Amino acid sequence: MNRLERKDRLVRWALLVVAFSAVSILAVITVFMFEQGTPVMFKYGLKNFLAGSDWYPSEKSFGLWPMIVGSIYVTFGAMVIGVPFGLACAIVLTEFSSKRIRRVIKPMIELLAGIPSVVYGFMGVVILVPFIRQTFGGPGLSVLAASIILGIMILPTIISISVDSIQAIPPAYREGSIALGATKWQTVRMVLLPAARSGIIASIILGMGRAIGETMAVIMIAGNAVSVPRSILSPVRTLTSNIALEMGYAAGEHRQALFATGVILFIIIMVLNTVANVTSSRRNRVKG
Amino acid sequence: MSFDPRLSQRIAKTLLWAMTVLTVAVLVFIIFFILRKGLPALSLEFLTKNPVDMGKGGGIFSTVIGTIVLTALAILIATPLGVGTAIYLTEYTWENAVTRVIRFGAECLAGIPSIIFGLFGFILFVTKLGFGWSILSGGLTLAFMILPTIIRTSEEAIKSVPAAYRQVSFSLGGTKWQTVTRVVLPSALPGIVTGIILSVGRSIGETAAVIFTAGSALRLPTSLFSSSRTMAVHFYILAREGISMSRAYGTAAVLIIAILAVNIATYYLMNKFIKKYS
Amino acid sequence: MTTDPVAIRVIRFSHFFDAEQTLINLDLHVLRNEILGVIGPARSGKSTFLCALNRLNDLVRGSRVEGRIEIDGRNIYDPDVDVVELRRKLGTVFATPIPLPRSIFENVAFGPRMAGVRNKVTLDEIVRDSLEKGGLYEEVKDRLDTSALKLSGGQQQRLCLARILALKPEFILLDEPTSGLDPISTMKIEDSLRKLKKEYTIVLVTNNTKQAARVADRTAFLLNGELIEVGPTVRIFTAPADKRTDDYLRGRFG
Repeated sequence: MNRLERKDRLVRWALLVVAFSAVSILAVITVFMFEQGTPVMFKYGLKNFLAGSDWYPSEKSFGLWPMIVGSIYVTFGAMVIGVPFGLACAIVLTEFSSKRIRRVIKPMIELLAGIPSVVYGFMGVVILVPFIRQTFGGPGLSVLAASIILGIMILPTIISISVDSIQAIPPAYREGSIALGATKWQTVRMVLLPAARSGIIASIILGMGRAIGETMAVIMIAGNAVSVPRSILSPVRTLTSNIALEMGYAAGEHRQALFATGVILFIIIMVLNTVANVTSSRRNRVKG
Repeated sequence: MSFDPRLSQRIAKTLLWAMTVLTVAVLVFIIFFILRKGLPALSLEFLTKNPVDMGKGGGIFSTVIGTIVLTALAILIATPLGVGTAIYLTEYTWENAVTRVIRFGAECLAGIPSIIFGLFGFILFVTKLGFGWSILSGGLTLAFMILPTIIRTSEEAIKSVPAAYRQVSFSLGGTKWQTVTRVVLPSALPGIVTGIILSVGRSIGETAAVIFTAGSALRLPTSLFSSSRTMAVHFYILAREGISMSRAYGTAAVLIIAILAVNIATYYLMNKFIKKYS
Repeated sequence: MTTDPVAIRVIRFSHFFDAEQTLINLDLHVLRNEILGVIGPARSGKSTFLCALNRLNDLVRGSRVEGRIEIDGRNIYDPDVDVVELRRKLGTVFATPIPLPRSIFENVAFGPRMAGVRNKVTLDEIVRDSLEKGGLYEEVKDRLDTSALKLSGGQQQRLCLARILALKPEFILLDEPTSGLDPISTMKIEDSLRKLKKEYTIVLVTNNTKQAARVADRTAFLLNGELIEVGPTVRIFTAPADKRTDDYLRGRFG
């Protein structure tokens, strides 16, 4: 091997090391999270940790159940808002708008994605929360408020991935349907949406992952009460809020319990992301 | 009559369009609202004077600096790593188990919420490595948050460089490294820069990860080890503690304008890139 | 420069992409300062043969060889061989002209720059010299700094020729260089080749047998990876020894 090839080899190895940086960090994050969080989980019992309804860190009571329910409610609410509107936008963007309109709307959706979560939370606080309080009663800081804001925040995710999935459908599907006398809407309903199904599902799952992981906006508008919400107007605390609110002053086992919360969150999101990836890759394999 | 497909289409179209318009309206509303309430607070003084009295008075200068330094550090760390990874994946290897692992790692990293990055950054950089709440801790944490984006956009950019260009370079006696640096990277540059700008946008708005790693000191940072507050964190604290609504709006306005600038820049770059290769 | 009349010796040379054999036991000479035409139907191994000479095949996964190719007495597949230097020595022009997205000057200077030439004056000389040899200088001398992408197809191909000449090669390899060009550009390139063979040894792969008849001194006929026959062009075209050569030249297949 001569000097030139030796140099090329060196470059290749250096780049391989660099390429592993992402994987390494992922591994380090996983290790640290588990190292910090699992001792507490097992000390107080996994069942107590996950199903206990009392979160009183000063009395060593670490029950996450209200927060788990809180995250689920809020995420579900976000899907109720985000999925219909997201799909509607995706369908309009791909099938019912001209190129010119698309060139205006698409950047606007991307802009929606770029707005910081603290700004969304702020808008929730100054506009949405008072409105809910006045119209429906309750403190305003509620599951409803969080669901609406989160629903808006996950729209870009659902829209862009769904748009990609719909656009990936071969034109022959559309043409075949139109040739059989179907209207555009019938084509969308009976041909395109089923064909894009796995991509759309993947987008929804990814949207779920984003909603579960969102922190700043939720802290500002959800109320943060440690109790299982009794209605959509009740205040709620999510797993993420739990961490963010108490991290600033937690110490010792309290801090470790917050890390344990992080571990639970981490696992949920990893599962969701893996499912989403598998769903969309199944689509790719089928389409060939 | 309601089974008439033309009628159902008209109803569906109206409904769908209404929902789309509503979505876009929300965006427009947010931007106009923030700008309307925030622009009056904006002035040269606001941008160039430091916060006074925990933010009740003065401007946001130190937070602007904090944001700029933190973002710059994150970009400086993530870009070589991200572009290097992309180069490796596209130029130096074929699809195999190793590349699948690398991609899997990058995708998983992309899905991790910012609060977890905040926790991680706190444990590793602030505590275990002893950097404390600092620009260094924040920059490192942010770097790993934006790494997947840079990898993805760089890979796309590099892949879209025509294979023929590489063939030309090789047949003229170029080594692989020369081909990468003299032909591939220059052509892929607009796409790579787009990814960087997108990451800048994300870093500017990031709060959860930053607050637990860079802290929230209001003083002008003096070194990499100084704690520093970014605009997003400052905005959050102002709003949450109700310190000064006018200044909160002002900070939000600056954030929104920055995001707008980022998006416009990205849009133009992407168009220029697409035009070059179509 | 040696005085050996044989410039390239191909000795029992075979090439494989994984399990598929693309070249079968080729035994062939390329004489110094000749134009060797290589003809044959599609997928006969002509391009693979060319890319075996400059080892561009090495870039493809699964590429494997047996046998030897000797240039200047050395087997180019020796592990000690500097492939980069080899590719400078055997300049290659491809079927589709591929100008790099930069100026005409920078395109021609690209190879020398990679080889380490930095002096501006030297580069200027090299660019001018190469463009003249490639038959393009007169047409572009006033706009060397404009984008090469603006040139016509024929001009771009002559640019590609100039690009390899800038590296002062010994050999010029061309893979169907005029297949996408109009007759006038084709003629210009063929004229250039006739002038160039005084200084260089040229291997011209073409699917246009008439081009081989016009330009090549000797012609080799490849079919399914095998060398069917090789000899002086006039003889190949008027009195081929093998029936398959005759069939191909008459258009009975291909």
